[in-house]
Amino acid sequence: MDDNVIEAINLTKKYGSFTALSNLNLNLSGSKCVGFLGPNGAGKTTTLKIFTDLIRPTSGQALINGIDVQRNKKKALSDCSALIETPEIYPSMTVREALSLVAELRGIPRSERGSQIEEVVAEVKMTDWLDKNVGKFSKGMKQRVNIASTLIGNPSIILLDEPTSGLDPRGMAEVRDIVKSLKKKDRLIFMSSHLLNEVADVCDEVAMIDHGKLLAYGPLEEITDKFSTVDDSAEAQFSKPIDESINRQISRINNVVSVERIDSRSVRIKYTGGLQSQEYILASLAGMQLGLIGFKSSSTRLEDTYLNLIKETL
Amino acid sequence: MIEMETMNVDVNQQIGTPGSLDQLFIITKYELLNYFRSRRFLILLIIGLIIDFILTGIIGYYRPQSFLSSNLSFYGGWVGQSITFIIILSAIFFGGDSISGEFQNKTGFFIASRPIRRSSIYIGKWIASFVASLLIMFIFLAITIANGIYYFGYSIPYQLGDAILFSILYLAAVLGFAFFFSSLFKSSAYSILITIILFLFAFTLMQDLISSLVGIEPWFIITYTAGIITNIFTVPFPAHIVHSTTQIGPKRTIFTTTYNATISEGLIIMAGYFIISTILGLFIFEKREFN
Repeated sequence: MDDNVIEAINLTKKYGSFTALSNLNLNLSGSKCVGFLGPNGAGKTTTLKIFTDLIRPTSGQALINGIDVQRNKKKALSDCSALIETPEIYPSMTVREALSLVAELRGIPRSERGSQIEEVVAEVKMTDWLDKNVGKFSKGMKQRVNIASTLIGNPSIILLDEPTSGLDPRGMAEVRDIVKSLKKKDRLIFMSSHLLNEVADVCDEVAMIDHGKLLAYGPLEEITDKFSTVDDSAEAQFSKPIDESINRQISRINNVVSVERIDSRSVRIKYTGGLQSQEYILASLAGMQLGLIGFKSSSTRLEDTYLNLIKETL
Repeated sequence: MIEMETMNVDVNQQIGTPGSLDQLFIITKYELLNYFRSRRFLILLIIGLIIDFILTGIIGYYRPQSFLSSNLSFYGGWVGQSITFIIILSAIFFGGDSISGEFQNKTGFFIASRPIRRSSIYIGKWIASFVASLLIMFIFLAITIANGIYYFGYSIPYQLGDAILFSILYLAAVLGFAFFFSSLFKSSAYSILITIILFLFAFTLMQDLISSLVGIEPWFIITYTAGIITNIFTVPFPAHIVHSTTQIGPKRTIFTTTYNATISEGLIIMAGYFIISTILGLFIFEKREFN
């Protein structure tokens, strides 16, 4: 049996006549990262707020490891941490004090507190700011501290609501790396986002929601196969100029649909067959000794899936 | 290999979340840390010290008989007149936006999404406000007593002890009420403004209107009960109801009725305010959503 389970059962949230969430049923388990995709106002934050008892459902249940968050919040969240919106930290506190507060609330023994705080602060690259007041930090710096606070206590389940919000491109890339590294530590991560490339880069599974209704949930590959009408594509970069003969060579690789020249040293390759195909094409390109220096899959299919699904609900 | 397994056990060990009471005191500790670094604590401390120093200067220079006729009149004049003002300022400074600020500033998101009961947050913050206010009050009283010792030696009337105990209960009631109002609003400005209006103007005005014009005892107004803190220094304790007539012309007389809360009545009303407003405030905070 999996220890890490998040389950929404007929979760509904109404604000007067407006339904923010409508009978959401979702069961996430295991150690993976699940992307929660949807446009603004789709119900992503509402769902995560219900799972942290910041708001209460009109009906239905939010369970974490089988424990109802509304009935027993303390127990349900004991092995789960969350970053909802961009919380403000008491401005007179230093990073160390803010994280100590979280560590004490989570019951981290005094002997481990200092080292654990230094560890999580290093992970979000804020070591130099450890003893500085949070009040003067930029939004991005505060968000890094907030992310560090979710790592305190080494929780098995992490809920992240648009974690890269407010960060500069470098910060966004670093947060994505943090999430990727967290996946390796037997954690279940449920991350809302409206950045498709972020989800494609980081997540193993995706849940799509719009107008409070779940539209699709499953492994990224499966969902895009089912709902996307375009082929996978990737950009390959080479160290030397490529000519027509090389294009033809690439076209002959299994599952490659087309090869389109972007400039003298890069091509866009469209292919079928998902990740397995991608792996095979990359290996083939490397074996062809064409001077391959870069290979980046594009999120076109996820974008296409997203647009198809969201369009259908309008 | 054995070493690695041991490390894994250490990193992934299940750590128990502390009990709600422990978490409550953790909130108190960090809230106090916030207060002691805040400008509002410093301002309130300065106000308390200014009142003390003005009284020290006036009494030292003018030697008024109303203060120096006896130790009772000295402490009555000093404490009775000023302590309720400091208590009300404490409620405004520490209680006014204590809960509403968590919503407006979004600091609530940082704490409330953790494994902690909301009641621990509410009570923890209340205790911190209470302790910070007590500290200001005790610094004020320490200077008062130092002056009293200078003029009257160590002869401190027992009424001062009573007044301090009444003041502590009054502080609890006033802070409980301020927290309740703070939990009603999501805007710090509104909750502070309403607390200021209520405690500095509305309650006093209502108290006067109700007792003198309508002729009923304003026992349901919290500031009415503060009278016992001043009146304890009057021997004998003032009558509960005082009828007086004022001649304002050859044929016109005004009859007025003044009410003084009895000690037991005052204590019961203060305790009632504290209990009811705390229960209501807790209930509202438990139900309130972080939208």
